[in-house]
Amino acid sequence: MNNQDKIREILKAVSQNPDVPADGDSLFDSGYLDSFALPDMVAALETEFGIKIPDSDLNPRKFESIDKIGQYIEAHR
Amino acid sequence: MASIAAFGAYLPARVVSNTELSAQLDCTPEWIFEVSGIEERRYAAPEEDVAAMGAAAAKDCLERARCPAADVRLLIVSSASSAQRFPGPASAIAAQLGLGETPAMDMPVASAGSLFGLALASQLAPSAGTVLVIAAEKMSSAIVMQPEQRATSMLFGDGAGACLVREGQGLLKILDRELGSDGAFAADLRLPLAGPVEMNGRSVIMQASRKIPRAILTVLERAGVAPADVHTFLMHQANQNLMDRVAKAVGAPAERFYSNIRRYGNTSSASMLIAAAEWSSTANLPPGAPVCFAAFGAGFHWGAVLARME
Repeated sequence: MNNQDKIREILKAVSQNPDVPADGDSLFDSGYLDSFALPDMVAALETEFGIKIPDSDLNPRKFESIDKIGQYIEAHR
Repeated sequence: MASIAAFGAYLPARVVSNTELSAQLDCTPEWIFEVSGIEERRYAAPEEDVAAMGAAAAKDCLERARCPAADVRLLIVSSASSAQRFPGPASAIAAQLGLGETPAMDMPVASAGSLFGLALASQLAPSAGTVLVIAAEKMSSAIVMQPEQRATSMLFGDGAGACLVREGQGLLKILDRELGSDGAFAADLRLPLAGPVEMNGRSVIMQASRKIPRAILTVLERAGVAPADVHTFLMHQANQNLMDRVAKAVGAPAERFYSNIRRYGNTSSASMLIAAAEWSSTANLPPGAPVCFAAFGAGFHWGAVLARME
């Protein structure tokens, strides 16, 4: 399972919605994730990828889409 | 160590329901409740300003503490929704209370303002004497009733809270405080001079979900208190979903987090002291039980204060 696949599985678990948006689409504008799902998603990413996401990186734009999440993970592993 | 002698509160008479707002904001009353836990809030009358509400909360507090206004040695007023740049409402409130030339200072810290005021008062009371902390907000003047602003405008209400801090025995002995600020996110929640309130809700929730639990756990760990042993958490009433999330994060039952947001909405800095005033007038207060205050808001400013019932 590659990183994008792992991110999709996390998103499905957090949102409890199997219909994950396309990799480049906004998770927010699509209504897939609400504000209160974001902290859960960040915590799940930290656990899954063994990284610590600092408060200074908690900018919603960095986690806007599967592509952007993937880029963040790649840059911080 | 300083103690909180009493709390006080004032809520305007006008009740504004979700039904009333939903027509203007093009949403349903149920949606407002689902995303915020709010069913209604209070709006001040047009002639009712921040100073008038603050003075009313202060009088309630002084009465509960059986403390004459003349005994107050310092007034700290938190308000981010005052109608003018300066002076802030502190001097007007002091005048309405008959405090004469007692120093009165303003603290425009918004949602974490009453927590910062309480922490500052606990430091100053041993040297300055009795400190009256007031938080008063007219948030209805800082919002616009437009559908694109619904996520922000539906949250807020008006009101004022107060607490009296002094040395000696009181209702709650203040034990510790943990405060923080981070200006890197200052643009994510602000009230420009021309208004209305601008909020990046996702950023606020992401930061608050981490920083509030961290501050709470810091003061609890320093005092050797387990979260489950805290009698009551008195938190800024920002959003019911956020309070539930914080409860889960610190490992305390959600029902230990006193909540009145359903009836008053988010009254910014006033909310924590309004909640404390209600709680203290109805709760069974066992001596020695820990009580934890917490808040997060624009700035970002956040923190927690630990106290123990006397």
